Amino acid sequence: MIQVEGLTKTFTARRGKEKVEVAAVAGVDLHVDEGEIVGFLGPNGAGKTTTLRMLTTLLRPTAGTARVAGHDVAADPVAVRRAIGYVSQSGSTSPEARAGEEVVDHGMLYGISRAAAAARARELFAQLELDGLWDRKPGAMSGGQRRRLDIAMGLVHDPRLVFLDEPTTGLDPQARANLWGHIADLRRVRGSTVFLTTHYLDEADALCDRILVIDHGRIAAADTPDALKRQVAGDLVQLTVGAAADVEPARAALAAAEPEEPPAVDGLHVSARVRGVAGRLPTLVRRLDEQGIVLAGIEVRRPTLDDVFLTVTGRSLREDA
Amino acid sequence: MQFLRQLWIVFRRQLRIALRNPAWVIIGLVQPILYLALFGPLLVPLAGTFGADNAYTLFVPGLLVQLGLFGTLFAGFGLVAEWRAGVIEAERVTPASRTALLFGRVALNAVQLLVQSIVLVLLSFLFGLQASAPGIVLGIALTVLLGAACACFSDAVGLLSKSENVLAPLLNSVSLPVLLLSGILLPITQPQWLKTVADVVPTKHIVDGIRTVFTGTFDSTVWWGSFWAVVVFAAAATWGARVFQRENA
Repeated sequence: MIQVEGLTKTFTARRGKEKVEVAAVAGVDLHVDEGEIVGFLGPNGAGKTTTLRMLTTLLRPTAGTARVAGHDVAADPVAVRRAIGYVSQSGSTSPEARAGEEVVDHGMLYGISRAAAAARARELFAQLELDGLWDRKPGAMSGGQRRRLDIAMGLVHDPRLVFLDEPTTGLDPQARANLWGHIADLRRVRGSTVFLTTHYLDEADALCDRILVIDHGRIAAADTPDALKRQVAGDLVQLTVGAAADVEPARAALAAAEPEEPPAVDGLHVSARVRGVAGRLPTLVRRLDEQGIVLAGIEVRRPTLDDVFLTVTGRSLREDA
Repeated sequence: MQFLRQLWIVFRRQLRIALRNPAWVIIGLVQPILYLALFGPLLVPLAGTFGADNAYTLFVPGLLVQLGLFGTLFAGFGLVAEWRAGVIEAERVTPASRTALLFGRVALNAVQLLVQSIVLVLLSFLFGLQASAPGIVLGIALTVLLGAACACFSDAVGLLSKSENVLAPLLNSVSLPVLLLSGILLPITQPQWLKTVADVVPTKHIVDGIRTVFTGTFDSTVWWGSFWAVVVFAAAATWGARVFQRENA
């Protein structure tokens, strides 16, 4: 559905008096199969938005090729536009217009007749739980309703491929969970391919078959969430002791459990990543018990996508979210 | 055909939003009335100085052009607001012609201006305007053409800058000299250097043309005015269309 090779975008920026070429996207290769839901992750400034804008024909690539829904974005952008739906982060409707009319007009810009566009819009309003909001001004809708309206705008022409740009940013937890259901439905009900960018790792984890991580304008990792998590060496073991005097013996005991790196001490917490933790945990606990160390807590955590991100890019996604 | 349909969809959407906001409709209609009622009387005693028999025949053409310039020159602000709401980008990922996205918006500005112009001229008759009917028709047509040009220019600058902070000083610095050098409120008769400078401003010729044609005279002044109105519109429309079609805008 999407084949990208060596996609590059350079901007000319002024640094003092000289002009410098800055590569926002520096040779991205990626592919998305039909029917996949793919998450596109990256810190701010990594080239995420620039790549998305090139794939949706809003920005012309400097070099490389991108075939989207069977058409080249540079050679035949109109054919690409006909085949894709784009749900932008910044919205798609005037706050002063009426919700239903916005969707109908948008459909008509795709060449759909007014009656067909209206029928399709009514159907989408029902599916996206927007019933009764046909005449509402988008400016008077809640954040979650407006985002669902944006999705209706992006789906009015029945695209095979849908791009979602940070679909749940700024929504409260309930609205997010609700929207996840609707995004999953895009494929389950309509068989669409979905390409979404997000800042939230739990979102990518919950929704996506595959995750692409972009950093410094290049794809840094591309795999299923589980495979990516397996790349992170070991589970995180965190011991919490009750007294400061117990910190050093606890550190020594954890160090004896063959962790990937020397244990880190933070106040009364001692932590390290340990491979094959299930086999080592009983020995660790026994050793602590023999030394009379009373644990206030013990926690074993499977690697999260945040750990993946830290490993792949050296940065936490949350820091600049 | 396809292009006209897309233009119509964009125009109808803009019209609907504009009509739903009665404040703008009223402001648009009150503006010309205020000029006529509050500024017109000042000119009546001056008209003879400029060799005019009727103060309003001299004054109304200037008001028309002023309306054409100022009502539409600020169209770009609306475009920036739409950009911020994501509307422009959403329309740009549809297969619709990007030129239609511009011209549909400009068409609304032109229609608004047409209505305002008609209101202005009709009211002027109450104040004592005497003018030839074909002259009025051509005068309003030239006004709308100029207004459409300004709207194209303003929307294009809005799309390029995407910022009110760029748009406001730029449009103000364009509009003030144009206003003063076109002889919109008072015809420029002297000094000579001011006349020479004004001669290179196309809108000055448009104002002169409309003033002349209002008296029922169709001479070279009128044809030059019409010529410049067409040239200004063609230039602004071409440039605006190019800006909207740019892949990276």
